[in-house]
Amino acid sequence: MAEAKAIDGRSMVRRRAGLRLWLSAGWLGLLCIAALLAPWIAPKDPLAQDLFLGRMPPVWVMGAEPGYWLGTDSLGRDVLSRIIHGARIALMVALIAGTITCVIGATLGLLAGFLRGWVDLVISRLIDIWMAFPPVLFSILLIAVLGPGLWSIIIAIVVIDWTRFARVVRAEAMAQGAMDYVASARVAGRGRLGTMLREILPNVLPTIVVLLTLEMGIAVIVEAILSFVNLSISTDQPTWGGMISEGRASVHQAWWVLVFPLITLFLTVLSFSQLGEGLKDRFDPVLR
Amino acid sequence: MQILRVLLLRLLTTAITLAGVAVIVFFVIRVVPGNPIAMMLPPGATDEDIARLSALYGLDKPMITQFGIWLSGVVQGDFGTSITTRQPVLALVLGRLPATLELSIMALVMAMILGGAAALAGTRFRGGRTEGAIDVANGMALSVPDFLWGLVLILLFGVLVPIFHISGRVTPSLELPFTTDFYLFESLFRLRFDLWADIVAHMFMPALALAIPLAAIIVQLLKQSLKETMNLDYVTLSRTKGYGETRVILREALRNAALPTLTLVGVQFTFLIGGTVIIERLFSYEGLGNMAIDAVINRDLPLIQGIVILFAVIFTGVNLIVDLLYTVLNPRLRHG
Repeated sequence: MAEAKAIDGRSMVRRRAGLRLWLSAGWLGLLCIAALLAPWIAPKDPLAQDLFLGRMPPVWVMGAEPGYWLGTDSLGRDVLSRIIHGARIALMVALIAGTITCVIGATLGLLAGFLRGWVDLVISRLIDIWMAFPPVLFSILLIAVLGPGLWSIIIAIVVIDWTRFARVVRAEAMAQGAMDYVASARVAGRGRLGTMLREILPNVLPTIVVLLTLEMGIAVIVEAILSFVNLSISTDQPTWGGMISEGRASVHQAWWVLVFPLITLFLTVLSFSQLGEGLKDRFDPVLR
Repeated sequence: MQILRVLLLRLLTTAITLAGVAVIVFFVIRVVPGNPIAMMLPPGATDEDIARLSALYGLDKPMITQFGIWLSGVVQGDFGTSITTRQPVLALVLGRLPATLELSIMALVMAMILGGAAALAGTRFRGGRTEGAIDVANGMALSVPDFLWGLVLILLFGVLVPIFHISGRVTPSLELPFTTDFYLFESLFRLRFDLWADIVAHMFMPALALAIPLAAIIVQLLKQSLKETMNLDYVTLSRTKGYGETRVILREALRNAALPTLTLVGVQFTFLIGGTVIIERLFSYEGLGNMAIDAVINRDLPLIQGIVILFAVIFTGVNLIVDLLYTVLNPRLRHG
């Protein structure tokens, strides 16, 4: 965020967008490596408790215990190792939930926007009903129904967030469907399904990709929120949300238990959305 | 006549939406594992006790019958009885609603002030460092949700510089002379500024956390439409009259640029209200959202139903009002 000196000019806008894209991709790449290699690069066992080492501050603070770089939580577990292992759940939820939500939501949006008629009527009504639910409460309710666990979280995210894709893709497909190239494709003898998949889909794909990156960021947050309310995954699996929940409770005694997972989560969410914004600029012909 | 038709159509779709919400929430929560009746009774209760209490709450009948009974109650304003507190759901929910409304309104006001000021500053000093800084800050505010801002605020103003309260709605030891649950407004009305200051010190951080993402959206939209307006002929004309730049923005451009922003704020306000659920939990603020999460944890089915329906009514109500205002305010639609 150092380049605050914004000079009006296309090249500057592009360079800033490019830097943003690379920084966020870099951070997410780092997380992927951390998640894949967690057992080998984490300095300690993320579950190992040591009550004599409870709430040790990070190494640069007085009274720290060597080897515990970011300090320990109230049970003496290493904060850094738990963040590294927590990246596994976070990224898994982001990738799996994001992708499934995207496929289902975009398909429904495409069908509604292109076929119109009663299909559109039913899907639009469903979207309206979904938008009348407070999303956080809805997800907590679903987890109560499904029981805690990784797949419950993924299902909850898919069930709640498909409307994000459906709404936008529907509007885009509608706009594309009214264009001349679609009409000429139909005249040239393409069927309805063929027109939808070969003509409309490629044109809304950039939007879908941007939405997908944003959705991955949202999925990470939802997982953290559910862990925070204590409904996510069993407690013997380190998650950022679970760490934040514990850090919130002991924020006056040990700020580091909250600060480091929070920074990680903050950067991750920021990266996903900046990646989406950066991609949007790339796809935008005016800026290119 | 156009307005009347739009109104009727919107009322119809709103009714369908609310009916859909009612059906979904009723059947979803009945799939929740964990028998709420068994949770209510002491460990030594017999099966007979459980059956008797289930019959009392109507939980022994088939689901369709239960739905019928519940729906006919709702239409008459009876939302059933909470299982954990044994009080009428409607009274419980209405008792908490003011706290959530006050929080949402305070957040909305903060977002409009913050967003409006930043958009005006960005337009006044456009092309310079100020605009660049506002854009960068805005990008961050836009991509990070309220939950994370709440945590950041707790660290900044609750721990690092502890000037605000991080939990609750008022300091518990204070004696409250209030007759309504609108503490913020009633304390002002009664001229009890000591209480008002305490309430604001509790509300400040949760409201700000909710306000930041909305403020960012306001900045983005208002700045864009101000920029477009600033190039219009009538603005140039008032510049040639010799008015200063600040006056031109405030007196001439803002009036025309504000309408599209205001309609969007209406829609975004429902998202803000949805955000209160987790923000209230984070700050232990005694509103609807906090009660909802407790209700889910305690499997208090009637209470969950009541709260979800109330949220749905608020959401669809806000959307309805925004749509109608837009129809009334926009001359093109009025005569269309």
